[in-house]
Amino acid sequence: MARIVLTGNLQLHTEGVSELELDVNTIRQLMRQLSTRYPGLPADFEDEVAVSIDGTIYQDDWFAEIAPDSEVHLLPRIGGG
Amino acid sequence: MTDSNKTPSGNGTGNGKDYKWVGTRAVRPDGVDKVTGRAKFGADLHLPNMLVGKVLRSPHAHAHIRSIDTSAAEALSGVKAVITRDDFSDQPKGAVQPAGEMTINYRDMVRNVMAREKALYEGHAIAAVAAVDARIAAKALSLIKVDFEVLPHVIDPVAAMESGAPIIQEDLMTEGMEQSPGAMTNIAKRVEFGHGDVAVGFAEADVVIEREFTTQPVHQAYIEPHACVASMTEDGQGELWLSTQGHYVARGHCATLLGLDVSKLRVQASEIGGGFGGKTVVYLEPLALALSRKACQPVKMAMTREEVFRATGPTSGAHLWVKVGATNDGRITAADAVLKYQAGAFPGSPVAQGAQCAFAPYELNHVRTIGYDILVNRAKVAAYRAPGAPIAEYATESVMDEIAGVIGMDPLEFRLKNAPKQGSQSSYGPKFPVIGCIETLEAARDHDHYQSPLKAGQGRGVATGYWFNIGGQTSATLNLSEDGSVALVLGTVDVGGTRASLSMMAAEELGIDLDKVRPMIGDTSALGYNMLTGGSRVTFAGGIAVVGAAQDLIGTLKDRAAKFWDIPVDDVEWAEGEARATNGYTDNMQPLSLQEIAKDMAKTGGPIVGAHSINAQGAGPSFGTHVVDVDVDRETGRVWVTRYTVVQDAGKAIHPSYVEGQYQGGAVQGIGWALNEEYIYDDKGRLENAGFLDYRVPVCSDVPMIDTVIVEVANPTHPYGVRGVGETPIVPPMAAISNALANALGIRFTDLPMSPPRVLAAIKAANGDATTAS
Amino acid sequence: MAKYHITTRINGDDVEFLCAPEQTLLDVLRDDLRLTGSKEGCASGDCGACSVTIDGRLVCSCLVLAAEVGGQEIETIEGMADGDRLHPLQQKFLDFAALQCGVCTPGFLIAAKALLDRNSNPSETEVRYWLAGNLCRCTGYDKIVRAVLDTAADMRD
Ligand code: FES
Ligand code: FES
Repeated sequence: MARIVLTGNLQLHTEGVSELELDVNTIRQLMRQLSTRYPGLPADFEDEVAVSIDGTIYQDDWFAEIAPDSEVHLLPRIGGG
Repeated sequence: MTDSNKTPSGNGTGNGKDYKWVGTRAVRPDGVDKVTGRAKFGADLHLPNMLVGKVLRSPHAHAHIRSIDTSAAEALSGVKAVITRDDFSDQPKGAVQPAGEMTINYRDMVRNVMAREKALYEGHAIAAVAAVDARIAAKALSLIKVDFEVLPHVIDPVAAMESGAPIIQEDLMTEGMEQSPGAMTNIAKRVEFGHGDVAVGFAEADVVIEREFTTQPVHQAYIEPHACVASMTEDGQGELWLSTQGHYVARGHCATLLGLDVSKLRVQASEIGGGFGGKTVVYLEPLALALSRKACQPVKMAMTREEVFRATGPTSGAHLWVKVGATNDGRITAADAVLKYQAGAFPGSPVAQGAQCAFAPYELNHVRTIGYDILVNRAKVAAYRAPGAPIAEYATESVMDEIAGVIGMDPLEFRLKNAPKQGSQSSYGPKFPVIGCIETLEAARDHDHYQSPLKAGQGRGVATGYWFNIGGQTSATLNLSEDGSVALVLGTVDVGGTRASLSMMAAEELGIDLDKVRPMIGDTSALGYNMLTGGSRVTFAGGIAVVGAAQDLIGTLKDRAAKFWDIPVDDVEWAEGEARATNGYTDNMQPLSLQEIAKDMAKTGGPIVGAHSINAQGAGPSFGTHVVDVDVDRETGRVWVTRYTVVQDAGKAIHPSYVEGQYQGGAVQGIGWALNEEYIYDDKGRLENAGFLDYRVPVCSDVPMIDTVIVEVANPTHPYGVRGVGETPIVPPMAAISNALANALGIRFTDLPMSPPRVLAAIKAANGDATTAS
Repeated sequence: MAKYHITTRINGDDVEFLCAPEQTLLDVLRDDLRLTGSKEGCASGDCGACSVTIDGRLVCSCLVLAAEVGGQEIETIEGMADGDRLHPLQQKFLDFAALQCGVCTPGFLIAAKALLDRNSNPSETEVRYWLAGNLCRCTGYDKIVRAVLDTAADMRD
């Protein structure tokens, strides 16, 4: 089970939960499971986030792999100048 | 030429090898065009039958627009089109779409490019005209009658949060916070990051320092104003030429706002005269397209400098509160911050990124950062180099310096004691990948600058900065010509040497001379999608795409050689620009050079092209530490920067001169932010200093040489170890200079800019002259 | 409105143009003569991107009325190279990477040439004050100043 941490203000849509464990292999599975579990999450929330898997940051990458012992953080999306 | 620049070796994949091109200081391929005046920037294109477009802008910071009467303007001879809010369809409510680097709320964007219900800031576009010449266009603007109902306005972020403040967007709901139904607010968003429990951490501290800071909006101040040429034809197809950091992103925005098929719009990026984040958005372009659509003639639009200042994105001004606790032996026990950033008239300040970066240079057990995104009556913020980070880290790095002073520790040793490394939990959550924070701190500490004595009256300051960097969608193509030279087609705008760095990686991979690679920036029909040039991503993500395209090309070259020799392709290798048969075939098979394969490519299977498209992930974050010496004129309050050194981790410097250039340019922009630059508003919310004379960016005589040290801790996700370098350099200067001033004067400044009047008042106040202190 | 008929010399060539009374030299260079190497960064004399010389004198062409330049000798960036030979300053700017975006570069080159024409051995401080009317937002000026000093040293040899 990967450890999932929600940052920014996502926990407002997840009944206050900011850490949980999920059995997911990819970012896409992670997004689907989160939406199913927390219907309060906005429909487009995944467009607003970046995903850190064990410290490497991914944006818009459904098929990036999540290992069973991965630590995954959902962060606000990162732009730049 | 830059003897002072040492290049410590790193520890990753990209270092320790001898490269032929990578790491050299080759002349950039677009250089001659730029020193001879040939290079075409946004305003340099002239098309036959071209009209001139101009914008009517709101003189009020906040006003209802009751009506707009354009009839007299339309009747003027020579006027070919007039547009207002009525020429743009509204966009659906609540819909955000991924576009470019961030998600975009097109309902806000359509209102930002042309005011609808209200004018939300001075300079907000109200109408635009296209006419046969500039004089007639200006006359037409003066004939447009707008009935405004002026409303109270607010600029200061703290005042905008108070109840009873003028409300900018009546239907705004705060994201990330409970809000009672029906209540109106200017708070667009609240975010929070951190871990541990700061109360526990502060209880462990021997010393706690708590300070408040303010910063003012500052502009990217690229020297080239926004400019474009739009041409729509009667069948609804269009072409757009513009100065932008991302022509694919601009295409998407314009197509959405005009209701066009994306592929009907062909967009070509001009050379860009600076962007720094400010040319990641559209302002004139949808207007020019709409005017051209009405007139069925090409329309050129270019902003004046005054329009650039009033109507395009400066970054946020902010109010910042920071509290840090540490033990007497220099361990930070807790760090806490509340950041309130101006968003401008629409949500979207970079406060979340500021909050994430605020304490990133420290490994902390107890940390919290809270950020608020606040609407005010000024132009919507646009990205500015490491958006959000310089503002937050100005405040946090000031407090870190002060606390190191109180416990009597050297500020760099204090930072080293608390510095993060690979595997440390960052202040915003994830564990850090391979980073070079410690390496840059050590290089700064050991640098001659830090070791040298100060002259009497001078002060020295240091500060560290952090920025994420990004990757993103990128395409590149290498087209082999019949003589063996190669055209490299890129879709990422070159803001300062990336044609050079990307060509160098192509030449390195192919094993050919750099002058056999001719790079060009293709238009939006030439390649697959490319995200914009921003987030310090191009040498990183573009490099991966180019290396991939080169590998693809080499695959085909080996295939052709294998056919030529009639051997298995696995028995062909590519080295030093030629195909070689391995595995015992070498006796009767002379290596085939790129030229030889190219000459016969028609007979061996046709054109040879290498292409690669990616969505690059795993950008390497970058730390930098700056050391600065200042001298203060005690009579005038003028601060002189007398020596400046930038130390930053580049991962791998593909072209060291352009890496140094990024360090130097970022540092000098930061010097301006620290000492001079600010938006000054009158009591009606109108900008009082909308020109280079009064909004004073650093000039050549204001600054010294900027020494640089390129640290190279390779980023393992890039074939040469590249990290982005363009943004981190603007993060540390404000705190480093403030810390140097504290060292020189014994006075802590908590408001930017540290301009002569402010510094003089503080000196007088410290000397007990209360009458002039404020 | 009546236009003025102006005869002048630009980069060694005789040039004639018609201009309106309020048109600046920069407007005419860019919009009418299509010499777009001179840039408009401010139109108020504050950025130097429009620098040209008139009879050897360094000016901001955005502050000069086109109608005033009759009979004068104007040099713009387009005339700086000699055939296919770059001026030493142009070459040095390339060698030293003294440009990033390059929009300020024509102005800096014209201004630096005007300096070296007067003073073949300027100090760093003299270079910095001479170029203080030219804004560069990209480079932090370091490599520009080094390029000018090094060109001066080369040209003295
Ligand atoms: S355009 Fe002439 S000085 Fe700026
Ligand atoms: S190189 Fe961009 S303004 Fe100087």
